[in-house]
Amino acid sequence: MRYKRKRMLKLIFIIAIVALAIFSYSYYDINLGLDLEGGSHIVLQAQPTEEREITNDVMGGIVSVIERRVNQLGLTEPVIQREGSDRIIVELPAIDNPNEAIETIGRTAVLTFRNSSGQVLLTGEYVQDASADYDQYGRPVVSFKMNDEGADRFEEITSQYIGQKIGIYLDDELLTNPTVQDTISGRGQITGYDSVEAAEKDAILIREGSLPVPVEVIQSRTIGPVLGEISIQKSITAGLIGLILVSIYMMFYYRFPGVLAAAVLVIYGILLMGTLAGLQATLTLPGIAGLILSIGMAVDANIIIFERIKDERKSGKTLRASIDAGFKRAYKTIIDANVTTLITALILAYYTSGTVRGFAVTLGIGVLVSMFTAFFITRNVIDLFTHSNLLQSDAAFGAKRR
Amino acid sequence: MMDILGKRKIWYALSITILVIGLIFLAINGLNFGIDFQGGSLLEFKFDQEVSNQEVRNVLSDINIAEDSRVQQTETEGINGTLIRAKELSTQEIVEVEEALREVFPSTEMLRTQMVGPTIGQELRTKALLALLIASVAIVLYISVRFEFRFAIVSIITLMHDVLIVLGIFAILGREINTPFVAALLTIIGYSINDTIVIFDRIRENMKMMHRTAFEKLANQAVVDTLPRSINTSLTTLITILAIYLFGGASIKVFMLALFIGMFAGTYSSIFVASPLLVTWTNRVKNKK
Repeated sequence: MRYKRKRMLKLIFIIAIVALAIFSYSYYDINLGLDLEGGSHIVLQAQPTEEREITNDVMGGIVSVIERRVNQLGLTEPVIQREGSDRIIVELPAIDNPNEAIETIGRTAVLTFRNSSGQVLLTGEYVQDASADYDQYGRPVVSFKMNDEGADRFEEITSQYIGQKIGIYLDDELLTNPTVQDTISGRGQITGYDSVEAAEKDAILIREGSLPVPVEVIQSRTIGPVLGEISIQKSITAGLIGLILVSIYMMFYYRFPGVLAAAVLVIYGILLMGTLAGLQATLTLPGIAGLILSIGMAVDANIIIFERIKDERKSGKTLRASIDAGFKRAYKTIIDANVTTLITALILAYYTSGTVRGFAVTLGIGVLVSMFTAFFITRNVIDLFTHSNLLQSDAAFGAKRR
Repeated sequence: MMDILGKRKIWYALSITILVIGLIFLAINGLNFGIDFQGGSLLEFKFDQEVSNQEVRNVLSDINIAEDSRVQQTETEGINGTLIRAKELSTQEIVEVEEALREVFPSTEMLRTQMVGPTIGQELRTKALLALLIASVAIVLYISVRFEFRFAIVSIITLMHDVLIVLGIFAILGREINTPFVAALLTIIGYSINDTIVIFDRIRENMKMMHRTAFEKLANQAVVDTLPRSINTSLTTLITILAIYLFGGASIKVFMLALFIGMFAGTYSSIFVASPLLVTWTNRVKNKK
């Protein structure tokens, strides 16, 4: 009677944990890394100029300009963060023309008005607003508006240059080169765009201002959504095939305990996904590889336990005593063996970045969950069947061989 | 009972032969560093129809960008695509390549583009090496605390053995070394040490329970007793790795190949290198006394 109640409690314990994991998995979504979902990872490095060194303020300025540009481009959930003294990491979701967007984000975008001999007459710092528009002939243009000081200066300059050309440059790119017809005060239009989208991009750059110093893209990685989808499908297939093959092997070798081990593996998979979702970990392609590999480790823990129980059985102990002693001895081995893997995962997570870090994190979490599964789930599942004939038989745990 | 440790000279000879062959290839061929470690660009595009490498090269030379790049068919199966490896391209140049391809082949779809500047490549290489070193030191410390110093040193020699074998085989095959490869190396270290420790744990246990028995004998007993576990574990792991290698995407193939070789070497070395070395060491110390 007491035994039966204990068994009920154990069953409830397992079901509760599995239910919790399933809840966590369905409540939180698992974040997919850019190699699975598509997206871009860019590292920008600020380049000092003759006038400006790279200081904290300069970096702050770059970050806020880039943030505004990214927002204006309508990109959702971007990551923009500083790294080290002169670098900025930008992560973008999957979009249609990612490399064009990266180009826009990384432009210095200094707007200048120059005369025909190239002398700078006015810069974009006086521009208050700019937007894409159509002119009276229906051509896409950028309309801009200057602040009061800029308007005064512009008026002065245009009155001086009537009948001559004033070029409008974005960095070193000549946008338009009109002849001044009349004195212009605070408003103007830049013509010569193929599409309103192209005008919109320049409008954003002009409106949100230039970067205090130029930046260089020193690393970029862009994955189109198609590739991510292919990778996910292939990984899932590979994972399932691996899981099935391992389960078959375990059942063949350890008989009924092998069936239990296969069931524990499925529980392990559910717990792992639940934990990853709960911790909001990001799953990358190497991360999936890490997951599938941690299946191997979860199996290993079970193998160590079964082999110990088998050894105890061979020495003539009863089943219950063998299970108790087997688990007790296996604990130490499993801990020592897993801690070293955990050390590697931690160091990897600390010293690397991007997708490899994703691998390290999932591997680390995988090791922890597999230890939990071995100590609590396997133990309780085995206990549930202690009195069943299936475990009593000599073939169980592979004890009959040799 | 099988006498595995008694035949240790055979195992030493086997390992040394493989290591020497690998080292010769390493010295002659060197390692084929991918763009992660060397800098450069990689562009992959997909088309609806088959596009030959020459057609892609023609497009590149028309726009005068990356004419000297290596062009090959994409590695992902079931897809018509091209893989272009070039020196470092600016974002603008990448956009121009994409646009030029789309003009000639309207179905062009970008699968991935990657650019690594030369400084970053150098940095990633240093970081990877540092991670390997620190991981090794941390593992030595842990094993010294939990076991004995000689166990730790033997584990590290075993690890170097495994890593060198993987590097050697990659030098022989000329396969590309990238960041995931480093992750694979670290995983191999973790696994190999894991394997070695399970056996060492049994030796430690036997040392307590059979302290009258000669070290060589109790160590051999430990190796033989843990043999089913060693074989079962490496088999199940190798099955999973093989499944990912065969059915997983092209981008993790290199990673899985490294793992497969490393796991195999790791299992072998934990049985045939680590424990024999421990016996050789212990016998030497004893003879000196």
